[in-house]
Amino acid sequence: MAAEQSTIDPMHQFQIDSLAGSLSGNPFAFTNSALWMMIVLGAILVFMIGGMKRELVPGRWQLMVEGITGFISSLIDTNIGPEGRKYLPWVFTVFIFILFSNLMGMMPFGVLSPVAEYVPGVGLVSHPFTITSQFTITGVLAIISFSIVLIVGFWKHGFHFFSLFIPHGTPKVLLPLIFLIELLSFLVRPFSLALRLFVAMIAGHILVKVFGSFVVSGLSSDGPMGWGVALLSFVFIAGVSALELLVCAIQAYVFALLTSLYINDAENLH
Amino acid sequence: MPQINQLADVLYSQLFWLALTLAVIYFGIGKAMLPKILGTMDARDSRIADDLAAAQVAREAADATEEAYRARVLENRTEAAKLTAAAKSDAARATEAQVAKADEKIRGKVEKAEARLRAATDAALADIENVAAEAAQDMVTRLAGVSVSKADAAQAVKAALRQGSGQALANG
Repeated sequence: MAAEQSTIDPMHQFQIDSLAGSLSGNPFAFTNSALWMMIVLGAILVFMIGGMKRELVPGRWQLMVEGITGFISSLIDTNIGPEGRKYLPWVFTVFIFILFSNLMGMMPFGVLSPVAEYVPGVGLVSHPFTITSQFTITGVLAIISFSIVLIVGFWKHGFHFFSLFIPHGTPKVLLPLIFLIELLSFLVRPFSLALRLFVAMIAGHILVKVFGSFVVSGLSSDGPMGWGVALLSFVFIAGVSALELLVCAIQAYVFALLTSLYINDAENLH
Repeated sequence: MPQINQLADVLYSQLFWLALTLAVIYFGIGKAMLPKILGTMDARDSRIADDLAAAQVAREAADATEEAYRARVLENRTEAAKLTAAAKSDAARATEAQVAKADEKIRGKVEKAEARLRAATDAALADIENVAAEAAQDMVTRLAGVSVSKADAAQAVKAALRQGSGQALANG
């Protein structure tokens, strides 16, 4: 763990530790990742249930929930159309899960847990774990979205679905080449979907951690030079954190938007 | 990178807990709560739209009522103006008739009075002739000691009066 290492490892925050059960290949092992999934799930449930008063004149909380719900449903209405309503549960699930996971990972608190680290003067803490910085998670989300596209596409249009890869007005000579390129770009979609989110989250968190280590080493060094570096790094962390909060929301939006766009391809072809 | 190093160890655990989380969100929120929330929003939107439509209808009704009111006011005004004009002309005609009748009556009276006046004047003139004839007869008797018949005196007075009046006419 970090305490045993002399330097601060910026990748340590992505380490998955088991909180209950042995880790090696055990599907039921309760890890810090699982703990944060539960925390995110709990936060989402509290948030959504808090907005379920269903009053005619909404309160603040209900307005927040209705704002997010209306945002996603209008996203689907504009991108897919009226028949897109049946995909709302999934797109909303993706959006709210990614949004809350991203934001929870940015929270500056630790939650007490059995494998917490002892921080002098603070107590037992477990650092926030960003679920979306794991490509296993983002990959599963992307695969499910892509599977919906494939299943809906072939279910509704059969082999006609392949016409998706032939843009209108393509010259006959270029047909095989265009088809290949379009097919390739189509097949790349789940990877780009998963990696975009994964990379955006991991990069921001590493950046914050690296500058955090600059603060620590700057303060522990003697002389004003180190303190200056520490101060500068601290200011930079604040800026990057603000940027990261923006990225959290944008990435959730992008994932939901692309999912609805891809589903639109399957639902309506061109 | 722990994500790669630990992949084999944590993959199934990650998948299991992710499936659990997503299932709860998808079925608990996406399938159960979202329709209710959207239903609330739709109900509110339709309520607002209904209220707006009702307000529009009420406004149109109010406009129509005002239009009708204005039309009736205008109608009543023209009716009143017509009635006033009619009454005015009636009154004028009645006044004219009364004035004409009164004129007639007054003219009758005036003519009668004039006739009376003329009669009185004639009588007075005759009287004056008589008196003058008697006076002339008297004067002639006294001054000349001649007795003149009444008829001669009257003849002479008449001639003198005619001369006098002729003189008066000549004198202007």
